[in-house]
Amino acid sequence: MLRAIFIIFIFQLTGEAIKKFFEINIPGPVIGLILLLLTLIYLRRFKKGKVKDLKEDITNTGNYILSYLSLLFVPIGVGVVMHLAFLEKNLINVIFIIFLSTILTIGFTAYVMEKLNKRLDARKR
Amino acid sequence: MLEKDKLYIIWVYLQAEPLFWLTLTIGCYLIGDFLYKKSKLFPLVNPVAISIFLISIILVFLDISYERYFDGAQFIHFMLGPATVALAIPIYKQFELVKKESTSIFFSLIFGSVFAIISTFILCRLFQIDNEVIFSMLPKSATAPIAMGISEIIGGIPSLTAIITVLTGIMGATFGTFALDFLKLKDMTARGFGIGLASHGIGTARAMSRNETAGVFSALALGLNGIATSILVPLLFKVLTLF
Repeated sequence: MLRAIFIIFIFQLTGEAIKKFFEINIPGPVIGLILLLLTLIYLRRFKKGKVKDLKEDITNTGNYILSYLSLLFVPIGVGVVMHLAFLEKNLINVIFIIFLSTILTIGFTAYVMEKLNKRLDARKR
Repeated sequence: MLEKDKLYIIWVYLQAEPLFWLTLTIGCYLIGDFLYKKSKLFPLVNPVAISIFLISIILVFLDISYERYFDGAQFIHFMLGPATVALAIPIYKQFELVKKESTSIFFSLIFGSVFAIISTFILCRLFQIDNEVIFSMLPKSATAPIAMGISEIIGGIPSLTAIITVLTGIMGATFGTFALDFLKLKDMTARGFGIGLASHGIGTARAMSRNETAGVFSALALGLNGIATSILVPLLFKVLTLF
């Protein structure tokens, strides 16, 4: 578990370093995600031995952290509530706009994807 | 009387320690999670929203500043980075499916990302929102650190963007399912992708608790839309400001 945490931290650190070095606008952890994904794909051919054990360790630890993903948003969320006054006169309108545009985006995106999936699957057959 | 003084001294001592606020955060989350599971994962009983609500009430009631609270809660907040890196794991696990659907992933990403930005802009204009607030809202479907960076570039207020982004996540996690059910969409890859694209990490946390495939596609959309939004918002911004 400690080894896995160490490796995940290393990927995040590398991500942060790349972000700073190339001065890009993508957060370090997202770059770390991409690097870890590429590494896991590269290591796919190791079906046994030490590398496989390590991969399993990373998978189990990562899944454990992810099972508490919701909890990790609570501290920043409390900050949001405490600073809602920031929006002043716009508060109700802004919340309504966020609500509407978010559910519309979810519906629209999922609709496009489901239709595309069906069409592409039909063509493959 | 003496007893009461002693209790007060203990309280003053404890509330200055990070441990107290860390414990409170975990405790409130466990309550939220318990209610979420009791409701059989009903979306309106969102564990994040419940714990935020409980903690905020407690802080206001005890007259504690957010900064004092965050002193303790930052240890939980810190894990957000490693957890984001760890999202690579479920995506890797379903890599074959992701590869198979790569064409529809690409087009859904572009259409969805543009839709998120333009729908926000049109609604803001309809409600006559100030420009500064509009600029802070445009990147709201990207994950908070990306959205804040974009907001700064186009002349929004980054801290306002953080608030708006988190609200977007909570809205998506809480009401997204109803929109998907209303449209009778059954494809778990599409449902997850829509949630993750529009409502980033908080939506993804909800999708993961419901269905593995939906969780993976939500995580995928969260990463991809972070990148797409940072390219599309500055581009569309130039066109949109003409209106």
